[in-house]
Amino acid sequence: MIELDSVTKTYQMGEVAVQALRGVSCHIEKGEMVAIMGPSGCGKSTLMHIMGCLDTPTSGKYFLDGDEVSKLSDSQLARVRNKKIGFVFQTFNLIPRISALANVELPLLYGNVSNGRQRAREALERVGMGHRAAHMPNQLSGGEQQRVAIARALVNNPSIILADEPTGNLDSRASLEIITILERLNREDGITIVVVTHEAEIAARAKRIISLRDGQIIDDRLVPSQQEAGT
Amino acid sequence: MKAGYTIRMGFAGLGVNKMRSSLTVLGVVIGVAAVISLMSVGRGSQAVITNNIEAMGTNLIFVYPGATSQGGIRGALGSASTLTLEDAEAISDSTLAPAVVAVAPQVNSFAQVVAGRQNTRTQVIGVTPEYQSVRNYQLEQGNFISASQVKSRAKVVVLGSSVSETLFGLRSPIGESVKVNGIQYEVIGVLKSKGGTGFGVSDDIILAPITTVQERLSMQRTVSGGRSVSSINIQVKSSADIDAATQQISAILRKRHNIVAQDDFTITSQQDMIQTLKESTGVFVLLLGAIAGISLLVGGIGIMNIMLVSVTERTREIGIRKSVGARRQDILLQFLVESATLSLLGGGIGILVGWGISRLISGINISSTTINTVMSADILILAVSVSAAIGIVFGLYPAYRAARLNPIDALRYE
Repeated sequence: MIELDSVTKTYQMGEVAVQALRGVSCHIEKGEMVAIMGPSGCGKSTLMHIMGCLDTPTSGKYFLDGDEVSKLSDSQLARVRNKKIGFVFQTFNLIPRISALANVELPLLYGNVSNGRQRAREALERVGMGHRAAHMPNQLSGGEQQRVAIARALVNNPSIILADEPTGNLDSRASLEIITILERLNREDGITIVVVTHEAEIAARAKRIISLRDGQIIDDRLVPSQQEAGT
Repeated sequence: MKAGYTIRMGFAGLGVNKMRSSLTVLGVVIGVAAVISLMSVGRGSQAVITNNIEAMGTNLIFVYPGATSQGGIRGALGSASTLTLEDAEAISDSTLAPAVVAVAPQVNSFAQVVAGRQNTRTQVIGVTPEYQSVRNYQLEQGNFISASQVKSRAKVVVLGSSVSETLFGLRSPIGESVKVNGIQYEVIGVLKSKGGTGFGVSDDIILAPITTVQERLSMQRTVSGGRSVSSINIQVKSSADIDAATQQISAILRKRHNIVAQDDFTITSQQDMIQTLKESTGVFVLLLGAIAGISLLVGGIGIMNIMLVSVTERTREIGIRKSVGARRQDILLQFLVESATLSLLGGGIGILVGWGISRLISGINISSTTINTVMSADILILAVSVSAAIGIVFGLYPAYRAARLNPIDALRYE
């Protein structure tokens, strides 16, 4: 599903070259739910961006569904983002001047999918936001906005949903709702989910936790009993 | 990506900041309206000049004397006195110049004309009976100058319509007498107004027998002391005959004047005059258009400015769109639609405003000159295509900047 082979990423910050990733190799199978943890500045977000085809590695190889995507052109990457990947951000990133429904419909419009309205409505139903479809993002609470964002991420039936600190801006109750939805999508629909977080309780809901430090994987272990953590 | 969606998004983007969008549109409106109205004024004055020349008559050729030359210094065209009534007679010879239909020599002079308490200074033209048909004059009342009056150097005049109005008001001047430079003349006719102003056609004239003017008013003499004429009007059968007639006339005059090298006369046709004037007024029209074009350019810069602001404001939105699969060309198109909409809207309103202005100012008098405007399809097409081009050209750079944004940087933008 996802295969990273000694991926590095170097940013040029003026004179100084910053190494955000120093050779990350890992393998994520279809249907897994993985949490990526680590202190800030450890390269979590960079790793997430590379996995999400928002960025390309400086060196190393990245295979998504067996295709090497590290060498793709800009518009090919856009296509991969559209068809295979769903993003959930810490700051929700909904477009403010269009309705929740129109936000969810967005990936379908860029993907030339017919009956987009209908599918967007269904996606909203799946996250329990069907009744708020016509609302503007600023009329929704943080938790509701994040649920709309999840609907947007799953509307195009992606093979993977990448969530970058999805609960970082939410209170604990909303956080719980969000992680529960992600968990359910993983369990019931078999969508691969990768969550970047620094909250241990959120990470504990995943089946596997990868820990990063200074651009390298320092720990990669399975969570023994995932069921008891949520209850 | 559906084009319909992109276009809707473009419109929605403009709707967010209505005040800003409408001010930007206003910039284009002013530019387009200025181009249209100024060019219509230019075209209008061009049309007036052409009409004036055409009102002079049809298929005309004019022969003017050459320039005086004293000690190597050439004077103005027509300043010499080389043409005579005999030259005019020779040109009307149907075997030597078969293309010529009619010949009308004229002598120009200026004089003070008095009738009762009224007086005016006007052009007094000495003519022959042919002048009426050649120069296409119609009589309002009375008669034109006859051949016998020319022969007898009769002291009779035909008044131009505006001279008649100045001297006699609404009264009929037929049979009344006027004093030209102190000598009494009888008014035998009044010309119909040709309505022209300025070049070529005037109602502010008095016609008298050519011999009378030569004797009493014009001091021009040829080198040999004979009486000269100011110019000769020649009518030819059709416009196709103009070249042939010009050659025939040249041959006759060269022979009569014993010319071997430099001609002492100049031949111009009506078409030449129209052509020359069209060229010079064409420059004038273009200049007006260029001045107005500057304001259109400023409007375009306004669009670019607003689009750059809009791209910056919506950096995050661009990042979001890219993260869900928008390609560069999708973003490019969205912003191009916005700028093209601004400029086309401005162009559309500008056409209406420009048209309105051009109709409004048409017929206004400014210091005895009447503004005349002509609206033509090519002006409108030009204005629309220029405004569309402006939207695309000035929108391209901001749209390109938006499309090129790195999605991660765009998403992080605060």
